[in-house]
Amino acid sequence: MAGLKHFLLRVLTTLLLLAVPVLGVWTFVKAEEWGLWFPPIVSSYGAGIDNLFYVILWMVTVTFVGTELLLVWFVFRYSKRDPTRAVYTHGNHTLELVWTAIPALLMIFVAFSQMEAWSDVKLNFPEEGPYTVEKPLMEVYASQFDWRVRYPDAQGNFQGADVIEVPYDITVPADTKVVFRLKSRDVLHSFFVPVFRLKQDAVPGMEIPVWFEATQPGDYDLICAELCGWGHYKMAGRIHVLPKDEFDTWLAAKRAALYATE
Amino acid sequence: MSTHAPAAPHAARPLGIDPPGTVHTTHEHHELGFVRKYIFSTDHKVIGLQFLFTGLVMLLFGGLMAMAIRWQLAYPWTEMPVLGRLLFPETGGVTTPEGYTMLFTMHGTLMIFFVIIPLLTGTFGNYLIPLMIGAPDMAFPRLNMLGYWFWWPGIACILISFGAEGGGPAAGWTSYPPLSTIEAAAPGSNWGQNWWLLSLTFVGVSSMMGAVNYVTTIVKMRAPGMTFFRLPLSIWGLLIAALLQLFALPVLTAASFMQLFDRVFDAGFFTPTGVVINGTSPETLGNAAGGHPLLWQHLFWFYSHPAVYILVVPAMGFVSDILAVHARKPIFGYKPMAYSMAGIAGLGFIVWGHHMFMSGMNPSVGLVFMTATLMIALPSAVKVFNWLGTLWGARIQLTSAMLFALSFVSMFIIGGLSGIWMASTPVDIYIHDTYIIVAHFHYVVFAGSVMAIFGAIYHWFPKMFGRAMNETLGKIHFVGTFVFLNGVFYMMHQLGLAGLMRRTADPYAYETYAHLQPVNEFISLCAFALLFWQVFFVLNFFGSMVWGKRVGRNPWNAASLEWEAPSPPGHGNFDRQLAVHHGPYEYGVPDAPRDFVPQTQRLPT
Ligand code: HEM
Ligand SMILES: [Cu+2]
Ligand SMILES: [Cu+2]
Repeated sequence: MAGLKHFLLRVLTTLLLLAVPVLGVWTFVKAEEWGLWFPPIVSSYGAGIDNLFYVILWMVTVTFVGTELLLVWFVFRYSKRDPTRAVYTHGNHTLELVWTAIPALLMIFVAFSQMEAWSDVKLNFPEEGPYTVEKPLMEVYASQFDWRVRYPDAQGNFQGADVIEVPYDITVPADTKVVFRLKSRDVLHSFFVPVFRLKQDAVPGMEIPVWFEATQPGDYDLICAELCGWGHYKMAGRIHVLPKDEFDTWLAAKRAALYATE
Repeated sequence: MSTHAPAAPHAARPLGIDPPGTVHTTHEHHELGFVRKYIFSTDHKVIGLQFLFTGLVMLLFGGLMAMAIRWQLAYPWTEMPVLGRLLFPETGGVTTPEGYTMLFTMHGTLMIFFVIIPLLTGTFGNYLIPLMIGAPDMAFPRLNMLGYWFWWPGIACILISFGAEGGGPAAGWTSYPPLSTIEAAAPGSNWGQNWWLLSLTFVGVSSMMGAVNYVTTIVKMRAPGMTFFRLPLSIWGLLIAALLQLFALPVLTAASFMQLFDRVFDAGFFTPTGVVINGTSPETLGNAAGGHPLLWQHLFWFYSHPAVYILVVPAMGFVSDILAVHARKPIFGYKPMAYSMAGIAGLGFIVWGHHMFMSGMNPSVGLVFMTATLMIALPSAVKVFNWLGTLWGARIQLTSAMLFALSFVSMFIIGGLSGIWMASTPVDIYIHDTYIIVAHFHYVVFAGSVMAIFGAIYHWFPKMFGRAMNETLGKIHFVGTFVFLNGVFYMMHQLGLAGLMRRTADPYAYETYAHLQPVNEFISLCAFALLFWQVFFVLNFFGSMVWGKRVGRNPWNAASLEWEAPSPPGHGNFDRQLAVHHGPYEYGVPDAPRDFVPQTQRLPT
């Protein structure tokens, strides 16, 4: 009777611990089907970022499954009633070296493999093309609890009567390296466009240059990703990516409308 | 011999530290009234238990806040049963947007500063350090008592902040300025934020008193023969956590005062120039300017990253001890285990920037922080491999304590591995501040540290109360907790990959998140079940104090020193002379009469 109870406890514990890698991997496999996976990629650098995620995903999965299965096996195997004593060992120097060195190499590999993608997004701004850090397409302002975009006048000035200011809707050209300045009027906010794989905090007192190249015309969510107060949850914006020529027409029409009302 | 006789190591007391005997002599002790014995006690064991009871009550509070958060995420803007009317009477029990921001701010603050740190260091630090190193009490018993009582003004301030004008603090447990420094920016940035800052300061003072005590006691009061490398890993964990506190806490305290000065005296450390809120510039309202918001983030994370290791390193120690005892096998790689804890702590001081990759900090600096952070995965990996090594060839006894310790290993693997994604700057661009971060830190802090605390309670309860906890109830408690906690936290990874932001009261208004409600509902139901399941723990905990099976000194056949003392130990802890001959993990020793050799006995030659 006591033997049966002990056996059931062993089996139950083993199954519980086994469920971790099994369900853990299964929910990741199913996630895409359930709509719990990355949104589509609509930026030039999005694929690079996702690939790095997948490289790490493989590394992590192998380690996760391997270590969890070892744990499961040890727990099942060595919880058997056994009147003899445990293996009497205080460790093994070679093993310690091996299992320090292998993860060290892997981590160095991970570190180096990230640097290029990070530099692409955050450090290497377009130097030619229509928009650069000195001559950005627009300024994006965050404030409690909305987004505003300002397009400069025809001379590139962000001050003056001819500046176009639009709340909520941010219109940009497709297939163009767009550079903009991110600002905040009040507290911290964060400019997050999931389909671009782009996030950058907006900091009052700072003008942070940001760039992206949208690859697909369409309308996408802009989400505030830094707590900014009670209305944080509804601080939404919308990115409208227009084909390049349509964008030029749109901007020209905006300017014309502005002059017409003056 | 009376159990209250001063322990023998008094004679060998180093450095002329006031022996606890000078506070209570054996003689006086019997005359101590209830107040001196159970309330303003200087006995480390009583203080440890005070931290335990208070911490568990705070855990309940923090847990209830979590339930309120989960209700809102599952069924936004609907009437919350039970808790709703208490928290939001003016809306008939419906969460308000500012109420939601207050809830997660308080939940995080309570759990980190009032639950995990006090339970790990306050409770077990106090209870275990003197017993495990063979000392009669802490080096500074009065300071120790003060440490507990300085916690109470902290608790009082945080409770007052709930009812403060404008409402409780609502800028997150990270309290980033200017949201936290400008009153007009949020209702909670009124007096609520001042109380929050004061509360943190008191808690910090309390932790500091504890830390000074733990370090001094461990360094100066070890029993004869107890060298550093004969200390149980719990003590290593507690020592390292105390050192982290000593070096990091002053920075938080200073930063909190700077924020308080910004708020009260318009000092202008963190509030930048030119801020306009709701059309009015706070400068015209009298707020200072000229500061930089990122300065706070640097100072805050310089403390709070080491602090997250304070939240786990002692737990790693407890788990190592529990594993060795209940696996009847020496710890695999004792020195690598101690060094890796030290490594985690040391590296922990140069990685704070990984919380700021998107903050506007110079992106080149991000690369340095990324590399340092990835290096922290190494000591974490070393620990996992050594725990597995400990289980290999063991004779595992599936006690409740052991089940919790095993689950710690299983869960820490998840929390550690997700850290690699976040450390990788390009990947973090997407996942920063999403639910995958929430999953990560709950796997390390809840599935890790809280489970380790439960394990430690089951393991050391017999020492604390002289009675064992009920094993059947313990196992029921374990199974439900393990299942529901994974139900709560695992799918948060996938939510994060879908892009779901944390701290969002009602995400479903976004096209991107509209389809996520069913998953959140599932998570919330698991969360309610998880809280409910703790009934089994509460019943067992209190029931066993009264009806638990009486135990002797050493119910687990463990080798470390605390099991040499009576259960529960009397004043002065030990009733016999102690001399330590070897490390604390001599299990399965061949040729020994029993399968373990206590530290006070010689190993067979
Ligand atoms: C393998 C080791 C670990 C690595 C590489 C790691 C890495 C990271 C990184 C990079 C972040 C920031 C992510 C972001 O905000 O975008 C983070 C957040 C966090 N980590 Fe870890 N971590 C590790 C272990 C731990 C442990 C052991 C704990 C606690 C016991 C912990 C607690 C936290 C907490 C609380 C946060 C979130 C703080 C907040 O934003 O509120 N981490 N971790
Ligand atoms: Cu926001
Ligand atoms: Cu950190």
